[in-house]
Amino acid sequence: MSPAPDDHPLLAVRGLAKRYGAQAGCLDVGFDLWPGEVLGIVGESGSGKTTVLDCLSGRVTADGGRVAYAKADGSAVDVLRLDEAARRRLLRTEWGVVHQHAREGLRMGVSAGANVGERLMALGARHYGRVRGRALDWLARVEIDESRIDDLPETFSGGMQQRLQIARNLVTEPRLVLMDEPTGGLDVSVQARLLDLLRGLVEDLGLSAVIVTHDLAVARLLAHRLLVMRGGEVVESGLTDQVLDDPQHPYAQFLVSSVLQP
Amino acid sequence: MSRAALEVRALAKTFTLHVQGGVELRVLTGVSLTVEPGECVILADPSGAGKSTLLRSIYGNYLVRDGQVLIRHRDRVVDMVGAPPRLVLDVRRHTLGYVSQFLRVIPRVPTEQVVAGTLRAQGVEPVAALRRARAVLARLGIPERLWTLSPVTFSGGEQQRVNVARVFVADYPIVLLDEPTASLDAASRLAVVELIREARRRGAAVLGIVHDAQVRAEVATRVRTLAGTEAA
Repeated sequence: MSPAPDDHPLLAVRGLAKRYGAQAGCLDVGFDLWPGEVLGIVGESGSGKTTVLDCLSGRVTADGGRVAYAKADGSAVDVLRLDEAARRRLLRTEWGVVHQHAREGLRMGVSAGANVGERLMALGARHYGRVRGRALDWLARVEIDESRIDDLPETFSGGMQQRLQIARNLVTEPRLVLMDEPTGGLDVSVQARLLDLLRGLVEDLGLSAVIVTHDLAVARLLAHRLLVMRGGEVVESGLTDQVLDDPQHPYAQFLVSSVLQP
Repeated sequence: MSRAALEVRALAKTFTLHVQGGVELRVLTGVSLTVEPGECVILADPSGAGKSTLLRSIYGNYLVRDGQVLIRHRDRVVDMVGAPPRLVLDVRRHTLGYVSQFLRVIPRVPTEQVVAGTLRAQGVEPVAALRRARAVLARLGIPERLWTLSPVTFSGGEQQRVNVARVFVADYPIVLLDEPTASLDAASRLAVVELIREARRRGAAVLGIVHDAQVRAEVATRVRTLAGTEAA
């Protein structure tokens, strides 16, 4: 619940860089993420915030930098230098990735229960009844009625698909979750429900998360710390409420003053 | 800071408004004060003098570059100025409570859970946290039928009492109060006064902004201005 102030960071990112041709995706991005901490990355479209997340998850290949991750077994790895098999294994076990569009993170051709059970089976769970039991348990936690377990995600609303994607990722109790606009495109009431759910899961499971969002109100409610990005660079970082209530950098001030009551 | 729970030394705060042509607003200069355990120090400057800015600067909500904010935290002294965010959060979680004038919560979370959340973050187990949350809500006169509702739709006075509850539910060694009774009726005001006095009796150091003369007289052990002038 309350991490001691002097253990080690879970993730230490240094000099992360990615170019798309002449265009900078992100430049020299660095931060530490501590156990139990939620880091928000905010900025407008094109600021590079999603590029950072994509470099971490390996969805795009970074041009440079280091991403030191402290594994559950105590060893440290540079995530950018893992081979493909090791990276995929990490993403299936200790990490989870929640995409902005739930369809990208779900398998649309199999049932809700299979979507949640898949990660467990990938980790070696074989007992059908137990996998189904865990899947049911997680559907309940994300407030999806158990009668829907055999339905295809296609038949779910956008908000339900997003919650299913979260269940699919969290069923294996990852230590780190990367989320790209997890509440984007949802109705306000559904957003609130999802925020409540995410906050509860972060507290109960003690997981760490990096959340990319353009919504400063979402960032305020979920993140302990914020990075403000612009043009691929981090222009400001600090405690969430300090960055939002007393931003220092001209662009951060502009961003905060441009929205209604963040 | 021999006995002090909170000591502010030569604190200055200037806002640079880049969006408005780089205007510089110098709000605080050379503020120094100490609050000892069991004391309730009330700031008596007029509106606009920077009292709320001082509380926010102490809490780390505003970024301070000049001066020191020394907090007795877990048997050591922490300077909040320049402290890493994680340490500031740890101080806020366990040592420094702050009743602000704004209630910001995740929609849909029941009031009793919002209040219990303070204790949960301190490691108190859920059932005990909820029991204490309900007790403080009852003391503050929030009707039981509202406990399971989100405070988002509450009246101003009810939200203010939820803000008071989520701080006084815990035994913070240091409490900052920004007008905790401003929009309350007499009965609620009395309940808040009692909570402040109890906190003092158990040794909490309280620093607050209270304009209401009667409330001030009932809770203050010392009244002073930002500049350091002691009042009667």
